[in-house]
Amino acid sequence: MRDLITEHRLNILLALILLGGPLIAHFADEPFLVTLATRATILALAGVGLNIALGLGGLVSFGHAAFFGLGGYAVGILASHHQNYEPLMTAPFLINGSNQMLVLWLVAIVVSGLAALFIGALSLRTSGVYFIMITLAFAQMIYYFAISWPAYGGEDGLSIYVRNTFPGINTLRPLDFFLLSYAVLMLVLIAQWRLTGARFGIALQAVRQNEGRVAALGLSPYRIKLAAFVISGMITGLAGALYADLNRFVSPTMMSWHLSGEIMVFIILGGVARLFGPVVGACLFVLFEHVFGSFTTHWQFFLGAALLAVVLFAKGGFIGLVAGRARHD
Amino acid sequence: MTVALFLEQILNGLQLGVMLFLMAAGLTLIFGVMGLINLAHGSLFMIGGFVCAAVAAWTGSFWLGLIASLIAAAAAGALVEIAVIRRLYDRDHLDQVLATFALVLMFSEAVRFVFGSFPLYLDPPVFLAGPVMLPGDLPYPAYRLAIIIAGLVVAAGLGLLISKTRLGMQIRAGEADREMIAALGVDIRFLYTVVFALGAALAGFAGALIGAIQSVQIGMGEPVLILAFVVIVIGGIGSIRGALVAALIVGLVDTLGRFLLPTLLSGAMEASAARGVGSALASMLIYLLMAVVLVFKPRGLFPANA
Repeated sequence: MRDLITEHRLNILLALILLGGPLIAHFADEPFLVTLATRATILALAGVGLNIALGLGGLVSFGHAAFFGLGGYAVGILASHHQNYEPLMTAPFLINGSNQMLVLWLVAIVVSGLAALFIGALSLRTSGVYFIMITLAFAQMIYYFAISWPAYGGEDGLSIYVRNTFPGINTLRPLDFFLLSYAVLMLVLIAQWRLTGARFGIALQAVRQNEGRVAALGLSPYRIKLAAFVISGMITGLAGALYADLNRFVSPTMMSWHLSGEIMVFIILGGVARLFGPVVGACLFVLFEHVFGSFTTHWQFFLGAALLAVVLFAKGGFIGLVAGRARHD
Repeated sequence: MTVALFLEQILNGLQLGVMLFLMAAGLTLIFGVMGLINLAHGSLFMIGGFVCAAVAAWTGSFWLGLIASLIAAAAAGALVEIAVIRRLYDRDHLDQVLATFALVLMFSEAVRFVFGSFPLYLDPPVFLAGPVMLPGDLPYPAYRLAIIIAGLVVAAGLGLLISKTRLGMQIRAGEADREMIAALGVDIRFLYTVVFALGAALAGFAGALIGAIQSVQIGMGEPVLILAFVVIVIGGIGSIRGALVAALIVGLVDTLGRFLLPTLLSGAMEASAARGVGSALASMLIYLLMAVVLVFKPRGLFPANA
C-alpha cells in the first residue's frame, strides 16, 4: 500500500499546524486555546525526551515524571527564593534565587541530568521488566521525598507568583510564552533529528536492536544507554521547567507515576521512535482531555479504552497509520 | 523509647510485610509463568477493598465481605485475563505496561462511577476489634495480629500449593518451559487464566484486609503496587520465597525507619527539623535499600532460574 504522505512532509505539516492553530486562536481572541496549545507543546517536549530513551534506545523508563518534576522544582525553588529575596544558601558561597528563564532552564537541565545519571547508572545494570520496575520505584522515591520534605511546600506544592522572564519578550502574554515553548520544542526536535543520524544515534539504535553485536564492535552498550538516558532525562527536565512557568505552580503531582504513564502514552499514540510521535501524541492527549473532559468527569475511562485499543490493534500510532512504517530515507 | 514500643513497631512492620507479600506473590507468579508485567494488580487490590466494604456494610458481616472480595477479585482477574491480558503474552514489555496502565485508568474510573469519590469505611469483625495483651503487658490490636497470622498462613498455603499439588506442578513446569507442557497436553490457556485469577484473589484478599485499617478509596492499590515492585526487585523476580523474605525486609525497614530515624536525628538537630528530615529520609529508605541490592545482586536476593 502506498503511504498517504512521507514522514518528512508529514512532520513539516504537523509543525505548521501546531504553529498556525494558536496564531489563529490568538487573533480570534481565544487566549485559553493558546494556553491549551502551550500545554500540549510542553507535554510534547517531555515526550520527546522520553522518546530518545524509549524509542531510539528501547529503554522503557516508567520514571520520567521524576525528571519532569525535578525540572519543575528547580524553577519553583529558585523562583520562590527570588520572590522572597532570600538567598538559596550563604555558606560557603552566596547563591541567590533567579527569575531569568535561561538560568532556571540551565539549572533544571543540570539537576534532572544528575538525577538521570544516578537512576540510570543503577537501573541500566538490569534490563527488561526489572528496568521498568526500578525506574518506577526511583521516581516514586523522589515523589515521596517531595511530599515529605516540608521546606518547599511538601504535599501542597509551591506557587510562582509572577511568570519568570525571558530577554526580549513578555512571557505573561499567552502567545509570547507559546512561541517561546514552541521554539524550544523545535530546537530540541532538530537536535534529535541530527542526533539520530550521527554516530551516537546510530550506535544507540544498534544497541536497541542487538546489544551483543555492539559490544563485539568494541563499543560499550552500557555507556551508550546511560548517555541516552541522561540526555533523555535532561530534555524531560527542561519540559518540567517550562511546565512550572506555564502553571506558575509546582507540586509533587508533577512526579506522580500517572504522569510517567501519560508521557509514555504520548509516544504510543503518536508512534514509537518517530520524530514527531510525541508531538502528535501530546496534542491528541490534550484534545482528548479537553473534549471528553467537558462531557464527563469520567473521561479517563475513555482515555484508558482508547489507549487499550491503540496498543492492541493499532501499533505504530498516528504517524504509523498515516505515513506507514519507518523507513531509512 | 521503650522495648514495648519497639516490639509494637516490629509487629507493624511484619503486618506491612505480609500485605506486601500477598501483592508481590501474585505479581511474581504472573511474571514467572506468563512473562507479564501487570500494573493493574493494584486495581485488583482496590476491587477487593471496595467489594469487602460494600458487602460488609450491606450484610453486616465482615466475613461475608471477605469471601465476596475474594470471589470478585478472582472473577475480575479471570475476566480481564480472557478479554485483554491473554493478547499481551507475546507482546513486548512496553505494550504490556501501556495496556495494563490503560486498565488501571479504566478500573479506577469504573469504581468511581459505581461507588462515588468518597472513601468507604470498613470495621474489623467484632471479636478482633479490641486489643490483645502480648507477653510483657503490651496491648496490640487483635486485628493487626490476625492479619499477620492470616498472611503467614496464606504464604504457607501458597508454598504447599506450588510444591505439592498437581496445579503447582503445572505452574512450575509452565515457568520452566511453556511449549513443553502444552505439548504434554496441559491446557495452557486455562492454566494461565487460573494463575491470573489466583494472583488476583491474593491481591483482593490483601485489599479487603487492609480496608479495615485504612480507608477504602480510589487508587489505594497504587502505592502498594509500587512497593510490591520494590519487593520483587529485591527478592528476585519469579521467586515466591524471595518475595516473602523481601516483603518482610521491606515492611520492617520501612516501618522501623519511619519510627527510628526522626528519633535518631533529634540527637543531632532540633526536634522539628529532625522530624522533617527524618520523615523525608525514612520515605526514601526502602528505595535506597533496593539500590544497594541492585549494586551487589542485580538479579535480586533469590534469583529464579539462576
